[in-house]
Amino acid sequence: MPETAPPPRTRPLSPFLFPPTGTYRWQLTSALSILNRATGVALGLGALLLTWWLLALLGEPSDFAAVQEFLGSYFGRLLLLGWTWSLFFHLFSGIRHLIWDTGHGLDLRSAYRSGWTVVALSVVLTLVTWFAGYYFR
Amino acid sequence: MALHHSKQRLASPLARARGLGSAKHGVGHWWAERVSAVALIPLTLWFVWSVVRLTGADQGTVKLWLSRPATAILMSLFIVATFHHLALGLQVVIEDYVHREGVKVTAMLLVKGLIVLTAAAALFTVLRVALGN
Repeated sequence: MPETAPPPRTRPLSPFLFPPTGTYRWQLTSALSILNRATGVALGLGALLLTWWLLALLGEPSDFAAVQEFLGSYFGRLLLLGWTWSLFFHLFSGIRHLIWDTGHGLDLRSAYRSGWTVVALSVVLTLVTWFAGYYFR
Repeated sequence: MALHHSKQRLASPLARARGLGSAKHGVGHWWAERVSAVALIPLTLWFVWSVVRLTGADQGTVKLWLSRPATAILMSLFIVATFHHLALGLQVVIEDYVHREGVKVTAMLLVKGLIVLTAAAALFTVLRVALGN
């Protein structure tokens, strides 16, 4: 046994450990990584909402109208807005991950550029979708 | 030191490492998550576009839309791909954060059970509307 790892308690800890301590410095890359997972979980809840909306098609027209009324309320629209952004963020972030899987864009400069692109596209597409929604209403 | 030359020592490092992964089929899971992701790119765009056009629609309008063959097919695929991708993704989340075996298995069964149930309900609705009562 030439080398042994130091016991865990005496091992020096990185000041950039998660969860954030006083010295933790947020980085775009890690924040987007966590957001990708968080939006994925949020979209799971959105899938429940979608199923509820679909099931209301099998009930009376008034049942469906009640669901539509809830979704059209301030709280409902807030949920849908969050869902729309989560959907676009997870979509573009997912495409970024698929590109990484091919071995491209993994250097720091590219990762930051693609990261900001994902943020910008998710916001723009959310706005476009909502403007279109109000237009078609 | 002839005693140390056991059968284990003769196996190559690869042979000794094989089959020792956490789930024994990680590559299949990884691929399935990517394949469903790729399928969801066009399906999601189609879904968002469709829902936007249905903003504020009443039940009859939505039923008419869903009963069209193209809609029913794409919506079924969207539901299957979404819930499949969701199950794969949530499995990784649970594996990452839940380390007690009993809690992990329970959480996995609950999440996957709920996903299968919800997916079946959503799919049934589409078929019911598309194929008529």
